[in-house]
Amino acid sequence: MYNPTVARLTYRALLGRRRALILFALPALLVLIAVAVRALTGVDDKVAADLLGGFALATMVPLIGVIAGTGAIGPEIDDGSIVYLLSKPVKRPTIIMTKLIVAIAVTMVFSAVPTLIAGFILNGNGQQIAIAYTVAALVASIAYSALFLLLGTVSRHAVVFGLVYALVWESLFGSLVEGAKTLSVQQWALALAEKISGEDTVSSAVSLPTAGILLAVVTVAATAYAGQKLRRLTLAGEE
Amino acid sequence: MAETSTRIHNIGYRSYEGSRLGRAYARRSLYSQSLRGAYGLGRSAKSKVLPMLLFAVMCLPAAIIVAVAIAVPGSKDLPLKYTSYALYLQMVIGLYLASQAPQSVSRDLRFKTVPLYFSRPIERVDYVVAKYAAMVSALFILTAAPLLVMYIGALLAKFDFADQTKGFAQGMVSVLLLSLLFGGIGLVMAALTPRRGFGVAAVIALLVIPYGAVTAVQGVAYGTDNTGAIEWMGLFSPITLIDGVQTAFLGATSAFPGGYGPSAGTGVVYLLVVFALIAGSYAALMSRYRKAGL
Repeated sequence: MYNPTVARLTYRALLGRRRALILFALPALLVLIAVAVRALTGVDDKVAADLLGGFALATMVPLIGVIAGTGAIGPEIDDGSIVYLLSKPVKRPTIIMTKLIVAIAVTMVFSAVPTLIAGFILNGNGQQIAIAYTVAALVASIAYSALFLLLGTVSRHAVVFGLVYALVWESLFGSLVEGAKTLSVQQWALALAEKISGEDTVSSAVSLPTAGILLAVVTVAATAYAGQKLRRLTLAGEE
Repeated sequence: MAETSTRIHNIGYRSYEGSRLGRAYARRSLYSQSLRGAYGLGRSAKSKVLPMLLFAVMCLPAAIIVAVAIAVPGSKDLPLKYTSYALYLQMVIGLYLASQAPQSVSRDLRFKTVPLYFSRPIERVDYVVAKYAAMVSALFILTAAPLLVMYIGALLAKFDFADQTKGFAQGMVSVLLLSLLFGGIGLVMAALTPRRGFGVAAVIALLVIPYGAVTAVQGVAYGTDNTGAIEWMGLFSPITLIDGVQTAFLGATSAFPGGYGPSAGTGVVYLLVVFALIAGSYAALMSRYRKAGL
């Protein structure tokens, strides 16, 4: 279920040239803010949790997930070069699995590592906050990658729809409608962070078993459906 | 003998004798086509969905506000200022820009049609000006339409005419500035990459990430009573720049934490930064198309 050549091509598509700039800019900004906030306020568990929750997990992880998840397959479908890949004797689900693994790896590296660094800068991992949010970022990376990879195979406007989900649904509706939080990757990841750090610093709207089940279901279902979708892909012309 | 067998046939070539419409016409066409394209007009039905949907989403809250203002007895004013509207719906504006700026310029780069434009009697400056103006107009239509809905609603509800007109005019200036700033930023980011997907991500990243960062740091500054720093932080993201300018000069209420918006003095800095960014985007586009696609 893993093809090294496909993986190499995907890595190059994601990290080649200027594209990596967006991916590097976000983590750099997070660490920069962490340093600035630490200098401004000193060690404060509440501030650390707010910043990691509000900026790292709510904005950075979904954005990197969108870029890596849709970027792993979207541009190839967009410019039609996917047909050269599909005409090779490689199973379609294998292509999806490989691209998913690459997308997850990229999202994890660019979101979880800076979260950990920022957490240590902010309060030296007091109350396990840094670890908790790093684990949450790791878990969220998996679900986001699978979800956005599926979007990449379904729609030409995958990036826009991915952003609508990440920014409008999770942030806006999540804060207005209580029920919307149950269907939010961010909250599932937070459930895990809550378990690690304790309820007074991190809080999630869903319980851990529910979150675990939903995470697994979404990831597996999205990957399976993406594999199906790729088996009968029709290439559309430019609109 | 050779002299008699060779002969030039007249196969009816004719030279063009109609009027040449010239550079201004080409520029105007490019502008109107780009503006229509930004709302999916003249393109496939599928590409009309997103811009029209975002336009509807943009106008809907305005209609609701007007309905509520009229339905509540004894109300004297709209519950929301004209200048605050765009700030509340900045995400919709951002998504519109991210989805339409790349379609306006990225495809020309990817399919290498830019050289074809320049085989017409237009110069680099015409292309850049036409695309920039079209994007700004599209954004202005998107942001001004809901304000117009609110203004008409307010007049129908017989709210104070002078008050409403003043607020409406201030809102118009603010969204014009916003359109100029956002349009420039969006086109520069989109013109950097021929891949539409990355263009979308780059535009939205540039709008959302600085905003998230600025708001987070402002929140920390507010929480630690460091209120003097708040007004300066706003300089680092596009939407807070607009917020700052309209707070300082257009009688708006700042969305900064605790309402610590910039004073008139700091507002001048905001205004200068906004103009510098607009001029900078134009210059960046000009240099981008120096060798584009050739």
